[in-house]
Amino acid sequence: MTSPTLEAIRCSRIFSGQRALANTDLAFIAGQSVALLGPNGAGKSTLLGILATLVRPSTGEVRLDGQTIGSSQRSALGLAAHETLCYGDLTGRENLALFARLYSVSDRTRVDGLLDRLDLLEAADRPARSYSRGMQQRLALARALLHRPRILLLDEPFSGLDSAGVELLRAILAEERTRGTLLITITHDLGAIAGLVDRAIVLRYGRVVFDGPAPHSGDELRALYAEQARGVAT
Amino acid sequence: MKFVRSVLAITAKELRIELRTREVVVAMAFFAALVLLLFAFALVHEGRTAPDAAAGILWIVIALAGTLGLSRAFDREREGNPLAALLLAPIDRPAIYVGKLLAMLIFLALTELVTVPLVALLFDAPLLAHPIQLIALLALGSIGFAATGSLFAGALVRNRARHLLLGILLYPLVLPVLMAGVRGTQALLVLPEPDLLVLGTWTRILVLFDVAMVTLSLWVFEPLVVAE
Repeated sequence: MTSPTLEAIRCSRIFSGQRALANTDLAFIAGQSVALLGPNGAGKSTLLGILATLVRPSTGEVRLDGQTIGSSQRSALGLAAHETLCYGDLTGRENLALFARLYSVSDRTRVDGLLDRLDLLEAADRPARSYSRGMQQRLALARALLHRPRILLLDEPFSGLDSAGVELLRAILAEERTRGTLLITITHDLGAIAGLVDRAIVLRYGRVVFDGPAPHSGDELRALYAEQARGVAT
Repeated sequence: MKFVRSVLAITAKELRIELRTREVVVAMAFFAALVLLLFAFALVHEGRTAPDAAAGILWIVIALAGTLGLSRAFDREREGNPLAALLLAPIDRPAIYVGKLLAMLIFLALTELVTVPLVALLFDAPLLAHPIQLIALLALGSIGFAATGSLFAGALVRNRARHLLLGILLYPLVLPVLMAGVRGTQALLVLPEPDLLVLGTWTRILVLFDVAMVTLSLWVFEPLVVAE
């Protein structure tokens, strides 16, 4: 059996007395593409934050290749979250150049290559603040992909994207799957993610209520989600 | 070396944003000048002010303008939450603190370039008579203030009441810095020669405070900034 790449071991998280995540054990293997599903407030973003080492679990720990995640191991992680995680006063190119330095990305063509791939080259020298919602989302994705992470954590990556943007993102996720990247994606847009995931995890009230193979079609994925999240307002 | 590279990258980022927006240093310098004018209106009568008042006014203005600068400099980490991307980067997280601290020290130094001559002019204080000693005092005081302030501003960056809490938490902690700064500056203003014994005592207190606060901050920055 393949040993897990990323593990959440008995992770729980309590915010101001409210339980956001309860005693969760999950293991993820390289090359998997996982959809993290659940109604609002189910604990998906909290779990992703814990996996990204940005939220400290109240109990439990996260391990990468069997080890606690330290500063050097964080280079394996890429995160595209709700927010851009970029500086609005810097241009798109300057933002990527800053993070390229911090990630010790030596390939000087990588920044422009990504800007081109994500259709941002023309706007590269404009402040990120002036970008449309979709452009900011693509910049966030470029920042997450900059250092070619082994694990890509995505929180609602399709939100704000137009149809061309959705297709571009689907193509990029397919490439990353081929490259063997572990993809963990939170989304409510089940049609957009259909066919790109091989495992679905459904969370409800901070607990995993389903963890199994993801159906290929969007309709089947929606049916699975509706069944597992039944009785919960979405 | 990677730590130093990361620090420099973060400081350079701060300076680049500041050069583009000019929202921290200009606000600090303008606010400092305004407060100094108010002090001058209130305290200077017939061209004279209370002896030693200039030293206290100088350090009060530095603290007030510094707090404003800290708030603005750390607000940049809120919009779009880029602080999360810095925390996610494979760097020692204290490098983020040191990078922000260095930038804050540059902002403070630029503000002091405006403040010191204004205090000397408005309060007829011989502040520039011993420039090396004054620069040393200002540098040590600024390190203590910015080291404490950057720690708390970083820890409060996600807090909605951060502007209020920063002042409440910061001023009691930097009281030793302000006291040492005021006493040291008063010793410099003694004519015809500065009181070097008193100056040396307060300078040593500033050095001790700076070493203790920077060491403590490097230690606790990560646990304070990663979401509790």
